[in-house]
Amino acid sequence: MHEYSIVQALLARVDTEARARRATAVHRLSVRIGELSGVEMDLLTTAYETFRERTICDRAELNLQLVPARWECPDCGGGIGRGEVLMCPSCAVPARLVQGDEIMLDRIEMEVP
Amino acid sequence: MCDTCGCGDSEIVPVDVHEKILAGNDRTAAHNREHFAERGVVAVNLMGSPGAGKTALLEATARRLAGRQRLGALAGDLATERDADRLRAAGITAKSITTGSACHLDADMVHRGLHRFPWREFEYLFIENVGNLVCPAIYDLGQAANVVALAVTEGEDKPLKYPVMFRKADLVLLTKIDLLPHLPDVHLETIADALGRVMPRPLYFPVSARTGEGMDRWLKWLETLRSVRRSSEATEPMPKRNVVIASS
Repeated sequence: MHEYSIVQALLARVDTEARARRATAVHRLSVRIGELSGVEMDLLTTAYETFRERTICDRAELNLQLVPARWECPDCGGGIGRGEVLMCPSCAVPARLVQGDEIMLDRIEMEVP
Repeated sequence: MCDTCGCGDSEIVPVDVHEKILAGNDRTAAHNREHFAERGVVAVNLMGSPGAGKTALLEATARRLAGRQRLGALAGDLATERDADRLRAAGITAKSITTGSACHLDADMVHRGLHRFPWREFEYLFIENVGNLVCPAIYDLGQAANVVALAVTEGEDKPLKYPVMFRKADLVLLTKIDLLPHLPDVHLETIADALGRVMPRPLYFPVSARTGEGMDRWLKWLETLRSVRRSSEATEPMPKRNVVIASS
């Protein structure tokens, strides 16, 4: 359950940012999770609910966005369908993952004096 | 302070961060990678399910390389010293990283594991990760390459069920192939097809630590990895174009 360690890293990052701005509370976190990141959204939510207590994120909503995996040919830009072999059928070059492996903190909405 | 009407209320401000949540781990991994590159140590992150044959593979590797290469290993283990004991008996200088309840190694655990450990003396440092096909894939440790051990007894569909792990693999070792005669429903071609759907550059070697079949190819690959590392100043994971794509 690495989601717990991810939440701990997230809370530490938010805490640093909030302290730097002398925030009194955090209202919302916007996080993007890729389909191929290896992070389960439900487990991440559970871990967040567990660990946010008595932190600056105590009342902060966690806004999770799932990013679907997208593979394409680095040469012709053609997409590779879900479940297909990861090789461009036209150019015969290995596909590249253009999105879907994110574990990313995008935005913090915080209350500052 | 609200400066619209001067009421003195606090204000909600959006702060754009756009940073990887594991950026701290990635920084430590980059630090480890620099250490390894400076000392010419090739670090290999060996991952796979519990029982995939990771330790047996390293034991067989040590037997083959005895007296020729200096090998070290950090063995991630939830609770015991068993793997490190086995590796030491096989001639590898080994140390356990006991993770407690953690299901994976991270870059900081590896960094701490290097303290009071003669890692600078090794040609190869194997980091035997905690047996798990999910969590270890997410954490960069500073390795030169990721190797995933997949036992043929685990079934043909594992690559499709655990795409995150196999996407991160530079090489997959299909282990325990000496058991194939007893597994009429397991076909290497089917596993190979599954790997091609989750790895953009599928590279796999069928091996048996017990009979030694396929081990030469694995050792050759390790040698290539070392020469690639030596000939480049790059601190990034190894350039994949320099390895040969295997047939089944």
